[in-house]
Amino acid sequence: MAAPIVLHGSGVTLGGQVVLRGLEMSVGPGEVLGITGPNGSGKTTLLRLLATLVRPDRGEGHVLGATLGTGEVYRVRPKIGLIGHVPALIGELSLRENLEHAIRLAGADPARIEPALRVVGLDEAADRKVETGSHGMLRRTEVARLLITQPRLLLLDEAFSGLDYYAQELIDTLIDRATREGGAAVIVSHDPRYIAERAGKVLNISAGRLEALK
Amino acid sequence: MSFWDQALEIARVDLRIERRIGDVLRIVLPFAVVALLVFPLALGVDLSAVSRLGPAVFWAIGILFGMQIALRHSADDRPERRDLYSLLGVDPSARFVGRCLSGSALMVVFLLVLLVATIVLYSPDLPDGWPLPVLAGLLLTAIGLTELGTLAGEVTAGLRSRTTLASLIVAPLALPLVIGASQTLESLARDAGILRWLILLVTTDLALAVAGVALARPLEEASR
Repeated sequence: MAAPIVLHGSGVTLGGQVVLRGLEMSVGPGEVLGITGPNGSGKTTLLRLLATLVRPDRGEGHVLGATLGTGEVYRVRPKIGLIGHVPALIGELSLRENLEHAIRLAGADPARIEPALRVVGLDEAADRKVETGSHGMLRRTEVARLLITQPRLLLLDEAFSGLDYYAQELIDTLIDRATREGGAAVIVSHDPRYIAERAGKVLNISAGRLEALK
Repeated sequence: MSFWDQALEIARVDLRIERRIGDVLRIVLPFAVVALLVFPLALGVDLSAVSRLGPAVFWAIGILFGMQIALRHSADDRPERRDLYSLLGVDPSARFVGRCLSGSALMVVFLLVLLVATIVLYSPDLPDGWPLPVLAGLLLTAIGLTELGTLAGEVTAGLRSRTTLASLIVAPLALPLVIGASQTLESLARDAGILRWLILLVTTDLALAVAGVALARPLEEASR
């Protein structure tokens, strides 16, 4: 089975500034990779590169078999799940409506929405608007979406921060599901505890360069 | 999910958001009606001049505020939402079509209300058989303006000076729409043929639609 992520000398320049350079990494099937590093070191850009939402301008990279920076990424994007800094939710809609909208667009079965809401503990609060929901509620909605769409590559950007124990367990469930069948997960966090507990391999990123820690 | 299912789903959600926050109908429309009201005040008590200028004022205000609506609509397309759509496998062309459908629906409502306000405030001398050509011109102008605004939003996505640049793109490219829309009624009043003006509007709409659909994917990638 091919490695879900392979980067060879990849680099990213944003707004004329080199943000990532000479990235060498490989994440094998079933593997969980942890990325840590100081503010502004390029962690979020690295996750966006792996999510195919940023184009590399140097080197070569493959995610789920698709070459980064080419039209092949359209084929694999629906298999990638990203929980970013800012929740990918529409503020004017309720949590349930956001979930329904995403599930319809993904072509998944809408009958799975209610069970997913129950699993993440939002069945009672699902009609609250995103604007009035707490950070934890918004995260749980994103988890519910990923429980339904079942991504093969899971990318988590500080996804554990500000969450209670139960919500953290839900994210662990997502990681288990993604890695169980040959997928992979990449966790970015400032907190080395979260990473140490979950990742088999840890890389540190500093000024856009990666170095092995574990 | 098919291309059209994706486009219709995006349009449906856009319209639901508009129903809740009322950006177009509650904010832009009252300003446009006030502009209609101010114009005859500036002309004084010359009611015949007011009546004669009614159609021209309608199109001038309709298109100016229509551009504003088109630009506001395209600016609503936040980066998180674009990223989400990408990762859900939404075709960028379907997103363009969906945004155009919802924007056109809003624009038609806006222009229709403005038309009624113009008739009430200006009592314009409208030629016989005006409703059909005017409604056709209104519909085609609404579609064209929305396509232009959406396309400008795509071209400028991710740029820091997005709002200014989008306006600079929309204003000159709206010229065929301005000419086609205003000349439809003018030609009708002079009993001249209106077909060429309707063809101008249809051609502009089609050209913008083809450009938007064909460029949606390269523009999305270029913004990354």
